[in-house]
Amino acid sequence: MAKRQQKRNELVPLTVRGIRKAPTGVEGFDQITSGGLPQGRPTLVCGSAGCGKTLLAMEFLVRGATLFDEPGVFMSFEESSQELVENVRSMGFDLSDLEAKKKIVLDFVRIEREEVEETGEYDLEGLFIRLGFAVQSIGAKRVVLDTIEALFAGLPNEMIVRAELRRLFRWLKENGLTAIITGEQGTGTLTRHGLEEYVADCVILLDHRVSEQVTTRRLRIVKYRGSSHGTNEYPFLIGDSGISVLPITSLRLEHKAPTDRVSSGIASLDEMFSGEGFYRGSSILLLGSPGTGKSSVAASFVDATCRRGERCLLVAYEESSDQIVRNMHSIGIDLGQWIDQGLLRVHATRPTLYGLEMHLWRLRCLVESFNPAVVVIDPLSNLSLSMPAWELKPTLMQLVDLLKSRGITALFTSLVSEGAFMEEPHIGISSLMDTLISLRNIEADRERNRILSVIKSRGMTHSNQAREFILSNNGVYLVDIRVVEEKVLIGTARASYEAGERASVGLRRQRAERQARRTARKRKAIETRIAAFEAELEAEAELETDEADFLAAQEVAREQTQRLPGQLRMGDTGELLDQKKIT
Amino acid sequence: MNHYPDKSLAESAAAFEKAAARPPTTHYVLRLFVAGTTRNSVCAITNLKRICEQHLANRYQLEIIDIYQQPELAREAQLTAVPTLIKQLPLPIRRIIGDLSSEEHVLAGLNLLKRAL
Repeated sequence: MAKRQQKRNELVPLTVRGIRKAPTGVEGFDQITSGGLPQGRPTLVCGSAGCGKTLLAMEFLVRGATLFDEPGVFMSFEESSQELVENVRSMGFDLSDLEAKKKIVLDFVRIEREEVEETGEYDLEGLFIRLGFAVQSIGAKRVVLDTIEALFAGLPNEMIVRAELRRLFRWLKENGLTAIITGEQGTGTLTRHGLEEYVADCVILLDHRVSEQVTTRRLRIVKYRGSSHGTNEYPFLIGDSGISVLPITSLRLEHKAPTDRVSSGIASLDEMFSGEGFYRGSSILLLGSPGTGKSSVAASFVDATCRRGERCLLVAYEESSDQIVRNMHSIGIDLGQWIDQGLLRVHATRPTLYGLEMHLWRLRCLVESFNPAVVVIDPLSNLSLSMPAWELKPTLMQLVDLLKSRGITALFTSLVSEGAFMEEPHIGISSLMDTLISLRNIEADRERNRILSVIKSRGMTHSNQAREFILSNNGVYLVDIRVVEEKVLIGTARASYEAGERASVGLRRQRAERQARRTARKRKAIETRIAAFEAELEAEAELETDEADFLAAQEVAREQTQRLPGQLRMGDTGELLDQKKIT
Repeated sequence: MNHYPDKSLAESAAAFEKAAARPPTTHYVLRLFVAGTTRNSVCAITNLKRICEQHLANRYQLEIIDIYQQPELAREAQLTAVPTLIKQLPLPIRRIIGDLSSEEHVLAGLNLLKRAL
């Protein structure tokens, strides 16, 4: 029993290993294929004309030769070697040099239908010999056949071509060559001549579509035997240094979350975020209807960033650099000084200039070269001019991921039409943001006033109060909204209420003072009177004592006088007993 | 017989007719690419030799190249299919692929087919 268990363990490898892969070195591509193309197997790259098949194949070969020490053979059926060299020179690929160093062999297979007469049986041994010889001459590990379907056009006997193609792909596999075979897209099929039936391991579909007059390139992995892969359509770009595939999302969310804060540049706005402002590395979205001051808030943030000595990249889709500098002077912000000091870079373009992917890619290049701490995009909504919202979201997700992974604080502004529910057109976007601030115009009593409120702010306590938002000559500030008797007062109403309140406070104070003075006076008067009464009382008392003394004396005198006659007369007693006493 | 008014013109016309009646003297330069001793290759060699002897006797130069022996020549000659016969001279260059089993096609490719006038 135990023995059997052991045997089973031996049979099943502990870790299931996937197939070996050959990294392409194409930016982003190895990420979505988790490692590259199947090593030692052919891969079919198909797509319509001008979708970038040849370039993808060429980059695979050049990167293989330069980065991974895997020389390669490029067999072209459409472009001559000279044309190829010239075409890819703009991407910085020096094929002549690589050829000289025996890293790459270019072989142009020319088949002219008019020159060819067919008589009887043949095979494509010539092609095999050429390929085999080229592979051998530089020890190639990679092969590109671009576009092998030219054989169908050049050779009359399709049966033979098909049989030989099958043999060719088998030959490639037997020789362990990692190959890219390109094929033109057919109607309803991946390739015009059904190449997909021979290349079963990995099929990549490229697409070049125009929507709203802007073209976008997309890449999809239709099939990848023995490997997990992203199944989405990934936008890709052909830039100055080759192809960049932009994965819709980074496959993992693992960016760091800094805990330190950065000021918004508006002290009263910082107060709404528990007094400290935004988290560094977070994404902030300012939503607002036209003229609500989005750009001004953004400019304040830019100013604060540069003031801290940090670099800031301002991507403007509406105004030119000069115009922004001029306009922000009106609210007392001098952005020109930061541009001069090299702390601020303004990248102003029209959003319709190219597709969103290109914008994203350029932004990425800028971020990489300038390395800013803060990126401000004003306004994001203009980008959606060139594509529908559902297409916008994935790209923005990439943008947010790109900035977050670098710890860059990002502030976006977005225009919403007046009257629309704030989050409505941006439901998709708002979920990507950490902090959402809404700016509104409120029109009442024939005047417009700006109201700012924080809709959300992840990971911090924030004010739930709407604040009145004021653009002044010395910057932007917020004022508490007054509510009086259940009526919200803003703008002039608030100002006049406050003025009235100030005035009434004065009046009250005056009255109180007057009252106090009056009381004091009254007290004084009363006190004087009390003193007078007391004096009177004293006088009275004095008088009284005098009287009493007098009366007493009088009494004594009277007593004496009463007694005197008795004594004198000697009265009934007959004796003048008290005579002496009287005297 | 001589219905040309000008004598010199009559002479040149006669010269032309004489030349046309003569067998052609154009020299042919041919290269045949084969792959070893495969059936197609062997067939092609046999067929070509026969056709050349019949139609191009003493005015052709044939080079038979085995690409297994000289693979570097395959690229130079823009080879894909094997066997391939390349008519290098007279111009224009033509390529005839296959085992050359159809004589009519080979002759057409070599521009040797007498056209019905």
